[in-house]
Amino acid sequence: MKIHEYQAKALLAEYGVPVPRSEPVFSVAEAKGAAERLGGRVVVKAQIHAGGRGKGGGVRLADDALTAAATADQILGMTLVTPQTGPNGRVVSRLLIEEGLDIASELYLGLLIDRASQRPVLMMSAAGGMDIEQVAEETPDQIHRISIAPGLGLAPFQARQLAAAVGLRGKPAAQAAALMLRVWQAFVARDASLVEINPLVVTVDEEVLALDAKVTLDDNASFRNPGLRELRDLDEEDALEIEASKYSLSYIRLDGSIGCMVNGAGLAMATMDIIKLSGGEPANFLDVGGGANAEQIRNAFRILLSDDKVRAVLINIFGGILRCDVLAEGVISAVTDLGIEVPVVIRMEGTNVDEGKRMLRESGLNFTTADSMGEAAQHAVRLSGKEAGR
Amino acid sequence: MAVLLTRNTRLLVQGITGREGSFHALQAAEYGTQVVAGVTPGRGGGAQDGVPIFNTVAEAVRETGANASVVFVPPPVAADAVMEAADAEVALIVCITEGIPTLDMMRALEFLRGRQSRLIGPNCPGLITAGQGKAGIIPGHICQEGRVGVVSKSGTLTYEAIHQLTQLGLGQTTCIGIGGDPLIGTSFIDALELFEADDETEAVVLIGEIGGHAEEDAAAYIKQQVQKPVVGFVAGQSAPPGRRMGHAGAIISGGQGTADSKMVALSAAGVDVVRSPAEIGEAVAKRLSG
Repeated sequence: MKIHEYQAKALLAEYGVPVPRSEPVFSVAEAKGAAERLGGRVVVKAQIHAGGRGKGGGVRLADDALTAAATADQILGMTLVTPQTGPNGRVVSRLLIEEGLDIASELYLGLLIDRASQRPVLMMSAAGGMDIEQVAEETPDQIHRISIAPGLGLAPFQARQLAAAVGLRGKPAAQAAALMLRVWQAFVARDASLVEINPLVVTVDEEVLALDAKVTLDDNASFRNPGLRELRDLDEEDALEIEASKYSLSYIRLDGSIGCMVNGAGLAMATMDIIKLSGGEPANFLDVGGGANAEQIRNAFRILLSDDKVRAVLINIFGGILRCDVLAEGVISAVTDLGIEVPVVIRMEGTNVDEGKRMLRESGLNFTTADSMGEAAQHAVRLSGKEAGR
Repeated sequence: MAVLLTRNTRLLVQGITGREGSFHALQAAEYGTQVVAGVTPGRGGGAQDGVPIFNTVAEAVRETGANASVVFVPPPVAADAVMEAADAEVALIVCITEGIPTLDMMRALEFLRGRQSRLIGPNCPGLITAGQGKAGIIPGHICQEGRVGVVSKSGTLTYEAIHQLTQLGLGQTTCIGIGGDPLIGTSFIDALELFEADDETEAVVLIGEIGGHAEEDAAAYIKQQVQKPVVGFVAGQSAPPGRRMGHAGAIISGGQGTADSKMVALSAAGVDVVRSPAEIGEAVAKRLSG
């Protein structure tokens, strides 16, 4: 789960990571008050779940509280487009007002689980404030890494080594090493899957602080992190995706016209792929899960048809545990009850497939059945085009 | 011979009294697997559908000679169950559970280092050796004894590939679902090594998906070490970047982990990469007849 910068900083600060003084605000009046309390000279930062905010005009300096209020007025409600938001951008509804600092140098710090070594890796670079993927591509030797033993955790000497590797000396080196140990504590205690501090700054007074912070938390660990749900910002999510999550349906909205209903994530992706190969565009990713029942299928239909771009529905179910006759019953009842008018193409395979197909045929409803994924995708593409031209 | 699991495998089921555990224990037994024990802490001394239940894995192994375990326990305690099985020196541990915290899995994998146990999964459908036995949830009736090994990150997409192989009369040796999580016990490379050494396996189907670097690593290994024909498919060619596509590990981040990168790497290693998931079986047939 992604969280905002201000939430990430508050989380890290709980474990003693130094961050600048700041206040999250939701209105111009609050922004002005916060700027006054922080001494007037502040940075106004848009809070959205995407990086590259500075490039899109979402991070601006203000010399006094009045300017801060005027800046807040400009940013609040604006649609911020950054390299990470996609062309549609995100509407800004929260700001972080942060004290201005006199910065001597900027560094990068990242902590994540490396899939290959299956261990946490702490990374630092002297090239702070830059896109780390770009640094990795262009000057890979500027990134210093240490692998952390899961049983032992980050050792103080490793933190000192890393601070030295990026060229820190004296007080900032000691402060950076201490900060790393605290970041590690926070990472473990809160089940983070990523902590990125970019930039980590050294001020002219030789203080080391997290000027920006990105934290991603492991959804699978939410059962032992009760505060996690409160950090979720529904404004950052698609309304249909929120609705789907209430029914344990894994749904992602896309831009095409063919709605997909599939069991299993891999098969759901493969179904999108074959639609595209057949000349169509998928409207969504939707995994109804292994144990889908009639109620789940009804919910799935309701959600994917709420997207008014959908011109045809393709159901692709490989029934292993889920029986095809149960699926057919669910589809028939959902189509009847919801009065579904778009063409529905069904491809199912597996347990009790003949019985399922017979039920669909004899339902009197307008289903198109297919024996293979390829055939199903072709039918769906053809039917979606016909509908669109009507 | 097949790999990892045969008719001689003695399977224990961790979480045998749960809904999933009890159902799939029965399914495995029906398929011909020797299901010799179940483990549910606090329920030792009882039985589930004729299978004796023990409180600990160590006890179950001692009493029944179990040498493989399939784990169906809930996510908060699943990593612990895996470690318990490894501590009892169970040779093959198959963890079906989806939703295990990454840090738990990281510690379990650390615990497994230097031990003899092999872990398959987690968040996987398990494995099946056609006509011999199974540990997990892959439906037995779609399999047919045959010539092709299957290794996949997916569940139902694996069934799709298995089904195509059966339809074409090629059949399977062993099918292994390695799982869609970022941290897993058995990699594509581990499976490829086993299939390459197995006399009965004549070709391998490798099904990857977006996220991580496992397919690229497999490609490098295939180029160096695999003589048998490999047919590959990578799911998520049309997936948007930055979105997690169902599986915890299936995400393109920072331009890394795209289907394109994986398909290019596999093709360059001599793998027959099919763009359409409907063509997996035919591609294998073509390679084996050519």
